[in-house]
Amino acid sequence: MAEPILELVEVSASYGKIKALKEISLKVYPGEIVAMIGANGAGKSTTLMAICGIVPVQAGTIVYAGTPITTISAERLPVMGLCQVPEGRRIFPRLSVKENLILGGFYRTDKSAIDADIERVFSYFPVLKERLNQQGGTLSGGEQQILAIGRALMSRPKLLLLDEPSLGLAPMIVQKIFDIISEINTQEGVTILLVEQNANLALQASSRGYVLETGAVTMADTADALLANPKIRAAYLGE
Amino acid sequence: MIRELRKIWKSCFIGLLWFLALLWPMTGINSDGTLTFARPLEIWLIVVVAAVVIMLIYSANKSGMLAPFTRPVQTAAGGLAGQAARLPIWVWLLVALGLAMFYPVIFTSRPAHDVAINVLIYISLGLGLNIVIGLAGMLDLGYIAFYGVGAYTYALLNVYLGFSFWTALPFAALFAAIAGCIIGYPTLRMRGDYLAIVTLAFGEIVRLILNNWMELTNGPNGVLGIDRPTMLVPTFDDGFGFEVISLRKLYMLYYVALALAVFTMLCVYRLNYSRIGRAWEAIREDETAAELMGVNTFLLKLLAYAMGAVFAGLAGAFFAGRMKFVSPESFTFLESAMVLCMVVLGGMASIPGIILGAAALVLMQEWFREFETYRMLVFGGCMVLMMLFRPAGLIPARRMGRRSEDDE
Repeated sequence: MAEPILELVEVSASYGKIKALKEISLKVYPGEIVAMIGANGAGKSTTLMAICGIVPVQAGTIVYAGTPITTISAERLPVMGLCQVPEGRRIFPRLSVKENLILGGFYRTDKSAIDADIERVFSYFPVLKERLNQQGGTLSGGEQQILAIGRALMSRPKLLLLDEPSLGLAPMIVQKIFDIISEINTQEGVTILLVEQNANLALQASSRGYVLETGAVTMADTADALLANPKIRAAYLGE
Repeated sequence: MIRELRKIWKSCFIGLLWFLALLWPMTGINSDGTLTFARPLEIWLIVVVAAVVIMLIYSANKSGMLAPFTRPVQTAAGGLAGQAARLPIWVWLLVALGLAMFYPVIFTSRPAHDVAINVLIYISLGLGLNIVIGLAGMLDLGYIAFYGVGAYTYALLNVYLGFSFWTALPFAALFAAIAGCIIGYPTLRMRGDYLAIVTLAFGEIVRLILNNWMELTNGPNGVLGIDRPTMLVPTFDDGFGFEVISLRKLYMLYYVALALAVFTMLCVYRLNYSRIGRAWEAIREDETAAELMGVNTFLLKLLAYAMGAVFAGLAGAFFAGRMKFVSPESFTFLESAMVLCMVVLGGMASIPGIILGAAALVLMQEWFREFETYRMLVFGGCMVLMMLFRPAGLIPARRMGRRSEDDE
């Protein structure tokens, strides 16, 4: 197989005395969608925050596209093509939709390319164009999630980390968001690492999956195998 | 309708009783321990009469009895507002600048010039603080320290080394910016309330240093004999040449203050709509998200601190030159709170709002000077009313009017 675009080798992190991640290892290959599933507090979001340099890594290494990024500070990652859609969307509520999008490509200074990319985001998400000058915080939950994804796309990512895109959304909108995620993956060739509580949907959309429990990877397999696994079905799919 | 009015009258009545309970301890207890009842009652009755009159007008208006009077006024006002909105913004700016230019000609008295200079200084301070609070979203309670650094920089450079106002001005800005970085570097990992406490402490530290470093600053006695700002004036007496004159007349100083305020406005306006300004706003909205989007939050927060300090430093140098005297007394926490009030009252991140806020607070202090002891009472009351009825400020910033958390 090709070189992984992202590799975590025995990464540990903690909040104060509480160990949040215990020697997590995982690989993401270019072009695939990888799901990370697990219960509340399993360390899924912490893993993403550790990759992005928000949560400090205590041991282990993180390699992105051949470069170790363990100690690189967060703001330098979008330049390298690594961007995160954080949990709970975290758009800028009092800035307009357009300003939110512009901030997504903050490191870029080529204005015409940025404008072209805004148009490209609109072609994916026409609803954002209708709300161009509206404040981000006045959008509905689903629209905010779309804006958060659009904002991340503005940095032209090679690898997109998505943290719980289905959080707090109606089932119909969740389905739509997942369609968009697949579309971004196939049409733009963006590799996606997806963190989800909704294990069923996440595994259906992805090719491989990791299962996290109390800060450690307990299972890693293809998505189909995980979906068929009776243990997984019992623990995460509610059967 | 009737029930609504009854409810309002009832809360008005309760409010008045509560006001009496509040008023009596403040005005009825004399310093020698005796109690008076006549005076607080007198004040209270005046307030009651005023309240009842206002309430009567309000009720009449609500029930539509005043419609024949208010409707023509409303249509006229609406028409005027429509006319005004049609004029391009630069016309208004020109009118405002023109009025500001001719102000000393229209009002010739000394106090009028004094007040105007004060307003202009506070506008510079408010706009500078706005960078830190309104744009970058960091609560700074020690902002006046940078004003003090600027003032003392000019004072000491002038008295010890003989620097003129204009040569000392860049140094005042520079030293204030350095002070901003010194306080910012160790503290900017903190957020919200913690940062506010640290900046409050920093403000006090600066004041105490100025107060206690006798050899350099002459302590609480202050620095005396600072030169006024000077100006080069062309002369033709002995061939063409320049003559240095000291700006003695107050109206000359007014123009220097005006130039300073306009300079600050232009800078803040440009910053507001720049890439840096947008990054500051992102930090204000959500620091972690901003970091994830590639904004170097630490550097930009430090820059916000330094930029805010620069304008305070410039205003401080002018203050020293105008008063010819500086002492630590001018840089107390109360002054920081005052500037903060101007920013919040006027409207955070709104340039016209802060200008209005600065003018309103300085003028309010002047107007209520006759009330003496009650001045702060009136002042506080106005602040409470403002925050109740216009929480986003007198002129809210375009995008600050609605908060996302209001919807939830």
